[in-house]
Amino acid sequence: MKEQTNILIIDDEEVVISSITKIATSEGYLVNSVLDAYSAFQKISSSKYDLIICDIMLSGMDGFQFLAELESKRIDTPVIMTTGYSTIENAVKSLYTGAIEFIPKPFTVDEMISVIRRGIKYSSLMKLKRTNDDSVILVPCPAKYFRLGYSAWMNKDHDGSVLIGATDSFIKTIDQIKKIELLNTNETLTQATPAVKFETEDGLIHQLYSVISGIVFARNERLLKEPELLEKDPYFNGWIYRIVPTELEYEMKLLIPCSSDRS
Amino acid sequence: MILTRKIFGKISLKLIGVVSATAILIIGVYSYFNIKSRSDVLLSEMKRHANQLSESVKNSTHNLMLLNQRDLIREVVNRIGKDPTIDNVRILNKDGEIIYSAHKDDIGKMLDKKAESCYVCHAENKPLEKLPISDRFRIFQAHPDSSSILGIINPIYNEKSCSDAECHAHSPNAKVLGVLDVKMSLADVEEQIRQDKIRELLFALIAISSIGFIIIFFVKRWVDHPVRELVNATDQVAAGNLNYVIKNLSTDELGTLGKSFNNMIKKLDETSQQLYQSTKMASLGRLAAGVAHEINNPLTGVLTYSSFLLKRTKDNPQMQEDLNVIVRETMRSREIVKGLLDFARQSAPKKSLIDLNDIIKHAIAVINNQLKLNKVILVKELDLSLPKITADSNQIQQVFLNLFVNGIDAVGQNGGTLTIKTSPISLSPRGIIQIKNAVCAKTHSLIDTEHKIGGMPSLRTKIKSNSNEGFVNIDPVYGSHRHYFGIAYDKNSSVNLVCPVCDISFLDKNSKCPKCGGPIYKIQIPNQGFIEGCASFKDDWQKWDFVDRAGERKFIEINVTDTGCGIPPENLNKIFEPFFTTKGQRGTGLGLSVIWGIIDNHNGSITVESKVGVGTTFSVRLPQNDVLRNI
Repeated sequence: MKEQTNILIIDDEEVVISSITKIATSEGYLVNSVLDAYSAFQKISSSKYDLIICDIMLSGMDGFQFLAELESKRIDTPVIMTTGYSTIENAVKSLYTGAIEFIPKPFTVDEMISVIRRGIKYSSLMKLKRTNDDSVILVPCPAKYFRLGYSAWMNKDHDGSVLIGATDSFIKTIDQIKKIELLNTNETLTQATPAVKFETEDGLIHQLYSVISGIVFARNERLLKEPELLEKDPYFNGWIYRIVPTELEYEMKLLIPCSSDRS
Repeated sequence: MILTRKIFGKISLKLIGVVSATAILIIGVYSYFNIKSRSDVLLSEMKRHANQLSESVKNSTHNLMLLNQRDLIREVVNRIGKDPTIDNVRILNKDGEIIYSAHKDDIGKMLDKKAESCYVCHAENKPLEKLPISDRFRIFQAHPDSSSILGIINPIYNEKSCSDAECHAHSPNAKVLGVLDVKMSLADVEEQIRQDKIRELLFALIAISSIGFIIIFFVKRWVDHPVRELVNATDQVAAGNLNYVIKNLSTDELGTLGKSFNNMIKKLDETSQQLYQSTKMASLGRLAAGVAHEINNPLTGVLTYSSFLLKRTKDNPQMQEDLNVIVRETMRSREIVKGLLDFARQSAPKKSLIDLNDIIKHAIAVINNQLKLNKVILVKELDLSLPKITADSNQIQQVFLNLFVNGIDAVGQNGGTLTIKTSPISLSPRGIIQIKNAVCAKTHSLIDTEHKIGGMPSLRTKIKSNSNEGFVNIDPVYGSHRHYFGIAYDKNSSVNLVCPVCDISFLDKNSKCPKCGGPIYKIQIPNQGFIEGCASFKDDWQKWDFVDRAGERKFIEINVTDTGCGIPPENLNKIFEPFFTTKGQRGTGLGLSVIWGIIDNHNGSITVESKVGVGTTFSVRLPQNDVLRNI
């Protein structure tokens, strides 16, 4: 018998709470919900949650303040941010300030399921890591790399182009990859918007956000034939796109240096 | 009080008043002295004449007196007295008795010493023995309303011959024997003076009024009209009419004022337009954000619940079909709201290879019902060999849907045709291609996002001319020359164009401008060769081999033509502005501005041609091969 998984939803719209609740319960999770961030802290202090899904635009304390408050209270429950005001700025800011995922409203059922599944998996991975379980080894991304949230990385090459890919932790939060869908060369990527589609054995579709904006210069064609390359060598041979960045300097400021993971 | 202030408050009236007063003063003084001197001349002439007459009478009666022929003397006196200009001729003896007179009644009368004829000499107790000529005259009026009379007293002195005469009338001791008194009428002279005065007054009046009219005419023409026009223009501008232009400007200072006023209004109009536009965009952004936030929440519910229903009704194909429509349309709403947000922040479209004809067919399917309802005949002239283009299919579909719906609305209830035509076209790269990246030899970027030309970041360079230096922002559109010059410099002197960061020169010493023979600049466009141009900006020579080699740019042109009501010319330049609508409550005014934003994001262009009552054609041009590939 598996241990019950608890999810806390913070949103000021009843219809959104009922929608997410419906989706999460259909997946067999236990769900609690509150209408504002203050009540969320009361809930967190009384019971344990594996995942929090939080709206950005809340009355009183907003989603970003909630994230900061969590960090200051050293509560490491993973948070998925969502908002109706789904701008790229909000997505990037959410991931930069500590959310593990960002999902814009309105989402489809499948999109929400994928995000929750990844969140729960991430949550359990972190738990195992804390208990120093040897069965899980997360390969950290190389020190000179930068990442967007926990899932995607970028590395500036000597010729000015930028390699981007998926982190080991992202690969480990999704099921066996069945199919990868890539953009064509010359297509435009925008930071924090979907860049890669992974179809996994469990029937879910996972979207990986682009780390920075740019134009696809080359894509790793090998991945289409050997998706397992991503699991074997996510940071080198498992690169996804080589892009010509368009706003590198500005966007790099919103990324987390992987060197900070090694402290 | 108000009226006086109104009258004297006017600069033209002040000017007219001052000039007229001066004219009146000058002409008045002149006329006064003129009349005075003329009457003086006339009077002295009269006096001379009277004196002569008096002497003549005295002389002609002298011998008669000596001979004591009194009848003859009387005869002489009478005859002279008959002259119309002569009032009277009298001879008085020493005692004041009138001995001879032209008026017979006077003879024998005694005159008092106080009488006007005697008073000159008898003013003092002791009578004057000699009377100077100047004192002999007197002017008086017999009655207050009769004309003046000039009198001349001629004393008759005693001579030896008088006392020696046979009649022995006079003793030798007497000094003065009597007085000859001649009185002349001044009626003629006064009449002449009066006429002179009238003439002078008439002249003065004519002069003053003609000066006045001339001043009024020119002041009105040179001051009043232009000032009134300026005041009118200021009122118009204050009332918000920034299109007002002062016409018929003169070449004087007021004309210059008017010209700079026009210029100021033009600048004001431009700035206010920009301000208006950016304020509108800002408020639109806020609105879009609010709308997006509010709509996305309910959409979440619709999407979730309909998806669940889909899963629950797998065995009911009829229901599945209906639910699929709900899910599909909700997804479309999601994209529309996203488009709204994207428009507010003008983000890059999600591009993929699309077939425009397909997109158009999909859009037509959506409006089919509306076409039938409005009895609009649809004419499709689609070029089926169109190449695929890289674009955001959702956004492009939104563009065509909007254009079609607009067309149907324009046609109205009476029916008409809507023609949709697609065709590939080729255009010269000049005036189309944007320079998006440019560096100096040390790879310092020249792109200046602060200073935009035509809405695009310009190329910032530094120009050095003699001891002068400043920035020049080069137009980022190849072949377009809306450069911005931060300094004024002599285009004929030697110039140097350098990198604003490291001062490295862009001049190409090996070539000369083929148009003016001057220096040329050569700026590197990373991965796309060099752009060259006239470094002194004396002419518009520019060359970008990389782009020119690629030949003409290929576009797909889509024309949407309706036979509807047309757009009035005054609205043509406003239709792409956010919130501009002629549909009242039915429209949001967002449609065409969103379309413009989408087309612009696709590096395309949209233009409109319209004739009221005939119809409207919207032409959309989208680049065939993704411009990004070449640029």
